[in-house]
Amino acid sequence: MVEENQAILKGVGLTKVFGLGHRKTIAVDHVDVEFREGEVSSIVGESGSGKTTLAKMLLGLINPTEGEIYFQGKRLDLRTYKKKKEYWTNIQAIFQDPYSSYNIFNKIDTLLLDCIRMRGGHRLPHARKVEMMTEACSFVNLKYEELTNKYPFELSGGQMQRLMIARIFLLKPKILVADEPTSMIDACSRATILDMLMKLRDEVGMTIIFITHDIGLAYYVSDSVYIMAHGKIVESGSADDVILHPKAEYTRRLINDVPKIHEAWDLSTVDYSEI
Amino acid sequence: MKHTLQQIFRSGKFVTGFSIFTALLLIVIFYPLIVRDDPLANIGQGTFFPPGVYVNVYDSINAPPYILNLSDAAAKRVASKLGNQERKDLKEWLVAAGIPEDEIDITDTAKLLDLWEKNYDPTKNIPGMTLARQRYFQRLNASLQGILSVEGITIANPNPQTGALEAVKTVQQADYVNISQVPNVRVLALGTDNFGRDVLTELVKATGVSLQIGIVAGIIATLIGLILGLLGGYVGGTVDDIIMFITNLFIVIPSFVLLILISFSIGQEKRGAFTIAVVIGFTSWVWTARAVRSQVISLRVRDHVNLSKLSGHSIPHIIINDILPYIASYVVMALILQISSGILAEAGLSILGLGPRTTEVPTLGLMMNWAMIYQAQILGKWWAYLPVLVTIALITFSMNLMNTGLDQVFNPALRE
Amino acid sequence: MGKIMLEVNELTTKYITRFGENVYAVDHVSLKVEEGKSLGIAGESGCGKSTLALSLMGYYFAPLHYTSGEIIIDGQKITGMDPDDIRRKILGKEIAYIPQAAMNALNPTLKIIHFIEDVIHAHDPKATKKEIYELARERFAILGLPEEVLQKYPVELSGGMKQRTVIATSVILSPKVLIADEPSSALDVTSQKMVIKMLKDLMEKGFVKAMIFITHELPLLYNVTDDIMVMYAGQIVEKGTAREVVFDPLHPYSKGLMGAIIVPESGVRNVKLTAIPGTPPNLKNPPSGCRFADRCKYVQPECKVRSIDFRDVGNGRAYRCIFSEEQLRKAYQNG
Repeated sequence: MVEENQAILKGVGLTKVFGLGHRKTIAVDHVDVEFREGEVSSIVGESGSGKTTLAKMLLGLINPTEGEIYFQGKRLDLRTYKKKKEYWTNIQAIFQDPYSSYNIFNKIDTLLLDCIRMRGGHRLPHARKVEMMTEACSFVNLKYEELTNKYPFELSGGQMQRLMIARIFLLKPKILVADEPTSMIDACSRATILDMLMKLRDEVGMTIIFITHDIGLAYYVSDSVYIMAHGKIVESGSADDVILHPKAEYTRRLINDVPKIHEAWDLSTVDYSEI
Repeated sequence: MKHTLQQIFRSGKFVTGFSIFTALLLIVIFYPLIVRDDPLANIGQGTFFPPGVYVNVYDSINAPPYILNLSDAAAKRVASKLGNQERKDLKEWLVAAGIPEDEIDITDTAKLLDLWEKNYDPTKNIPGMTLARQRYFQRLNASLQGILSVEGITIANPNPQTGALEAVKTVQQADYVNISQVPNVRVLALGTDNFGRDVLTELVKATGVSLQIGIVAGIIATLIGLILGLLGGYVGGTVDDIIMFITNLFIVIPSFVLLILISFSIGQEKRGAFTIAVVIGFTSWVWTARAVRSQVISLRVRDHVNLSKLSGHSIPHIIINDILPYIASYVVMALILQISSGILAEAGLSILGLGPRTTEVPTLGLMMNWAMIYQAQILGKWWAYLPVLVTIALITFSMNLMNTGLDQVFNPALRE
Repeated sequence: MGKIMLEVNELTTKYITRFGENVYAVDHVSLKVEEGKSLGIAGESGCGKSTLALSLMGYYFAPLHYTSGEIIIDGQKITGMDPDDIRRKILGKEIAYIPQAAMNALNPTLKIIHFIEDVIHAHDPKATKKEIYELARERFAILGLPEEVLQKYPVELSGGMKQRTVIATSVILSPKVLIADEPSSALDVTSQKMVIKMLKDLMEKGFVKAMIFITHELPLLYNVTDDIMVMYAGQIVEKGTAREVVFDPLHPYSKGLMGAIIVPESGVRNVKLTAIPGTPPNLKNPPSGCRFADRCKYVQPECKVRSIDFRDVGNGRAYRCIFSEEQLRKAYQNG
């Protein structure tokens, strides 16, 4: 096996149960996932499928009820906050809602300086820091001079999300978990965001785990795809295999239900039995 | 920050509340600098002197007299002596003597006396009037004549050798003194209370002490509530369970009952104003804790907190930087409410006789308590309790106004 | 050419902000929808498409204010009518509106049938419960909604079901025009498809005569409506049939939108998407020239100076650009 194709992150039998007794819900049910270095993998599922919970477990933000995570072949131990902190230098995230991703009381500089500090650059001279921030902003087509001393609410949703990518650019983690990064922004800003994510992968060599409900988007960005429903993986494989030749009934239905422009959208298959 | 402040001061409600509160605060600060009396000194011998300007009689006699010939002076003097009942009696005699009723106006003293002087005849026999009643009218007439006499009053001093009285000075009816030449004049704007203390001075001091009690109680309650709420909400799990257990315990026991029991068990002698404030603070943090907890729980799952974690910040850093600013406005509002409810709690306790011990400082509650014990409300001595009530109402009203104003600024749903 | 159900001429509405500034979110918009036809309105958020939807009903409340223009529904001019009359006689009966989160409009303490009774009583206080039940049952049966839904509380229904119930209820008085503002974007794809099927059924069975469908999802719009109008910064920048606008866009902004479409179809993977740089102009003081000029690849000096006409090129096609059709097509071919 080629070195770079090794699984950088692996989840085995990941399970998350919320609540106790008869009120418990199994959000994620014995899921096995594998993410290869330098690839973009998508986890696709409708709301309530457990995809965000799975992402948070992979990120170490919530502890799995059962199952293990392997990072670079080693079993991950996240029992102490210190170990988590160390893990988080390797894995980072972009969340769905840019408006709630920012601490509205902090200026944008604070956010970016934080990233430099986390990479061990807090002793650097100020000019060097500004240079790094400028570079990160220009990576996402933003001008640092216009952002400095601004608060997040002065930016548009698209700009906010781009700044989140600038943050990732500064942190340069090995893995990026992008949890629906484009679902709250417009179609034309979406293209920009996707472009930048691809640039991150190509230029920084990042492994990207892309969480989305939009199967079209998943197909567009990813090398491999996991389809998730009711806490379980129902189908996985390379993007072309899964999307163009779906095997599972669920995947087929999902693809069928998405409106398309080159192929006909068949409305006659609608099943009204659901209440 | 600056923007928020601007918005706060654009809210009419906040500004009204703030002005009232600031005015009260300024009075509390500057009044004692002007009136340097001990607020608890018993200056009056006797209880419940009505509000007014008190002029020293001795000094007035010794002050240089000025003669003013004012035509209505006599009538005014009589009017002040002539009570409502006497006036009715005069009318009764005049009517019986055959004067048409509609000609007699008992409110017009000069006219009434004029009629009386013209018509009264002590020998006149009015049918149906008892002898006793006739004597009463004769006496009434005599005293009226006394008042109406134009003689002055002679001031006499006993001669130290002979012991005989020697006239020193005669005070004429038309003599006046200039009040600024009387060295001892005391304004008792709100009269005195049952102990003979100046109610206004006492009230100002009491307002200050009550505010201090409220602020200490409010800060203690808010701090406890904030810390427990933050811990329970952010850490969660067992810590949260324990904190919620304690909180629920405090909720099921009415805090005022708890307050009464604690105050009672401390004992009168050990209860200072500060102790009472601490006790109030320790019994009223419950709702703040619950509210802060629920806010923190909803904040904790926000992505900016997740992002802060991913940036490797410690839990204290996250709480201080990513949670506290979001609930700060809420905490400020809770603090304001806690202060005003602390003041009310002190008043309630003191009325029940469980307030601070009564020897050191007055509080609003204690003043109410004294007025109640000495039956000011039954005796109609309104100045002993009404100003206190108004002050309590003003403080709580202004604080609640500020609170609603803040709410309007911080809660966009309430903006107009 | 069919009967015109909805005609809007030069409609302008504005928001008055808390600071007293005017924001013209709908700026001289004209449109026509024929009987049996549906019109889609596309645009990014903040372009005024939702404001247009609200404005079309002729019922304004602060901070939205009517400025000028007219709205004619099936020959009846509703602009200038008394607001109370509009509320009683027009809304729900002539024109119905489904907002994005329509399902949240259901009162959680009322059964669905009581909600329907409320709606009908607002227009016809004399209707009896039995009549209403019969009407609702019949309508639900046609639209594929089970009868037992009528006796349920909103919490007992799924999101998609709630949305369909609300839609069925809002058109229960058979309005002539239905305005659907992102009726399915809060739903899963499966529920979305059901909602779309239902809207199409409503049109086919004649419960509504014409429909305006607003969304930012172009593949959806393409599949739902006959015609598409593209909106940008409060103005209509392009109009045409769905096929024309999606596959042969004329306005550079439409071109950009179409180039950002992502669908799960073979051959689209890693195709470069067009990204439009920059942000839309602030409508508090819009630019005097073309509003898209600052973001346009093909901008000419005169674009920024003079206002651009909405140019009609026949067959219902129109666009707002200084270039001719040929020039634009050629420019797009060369990339």
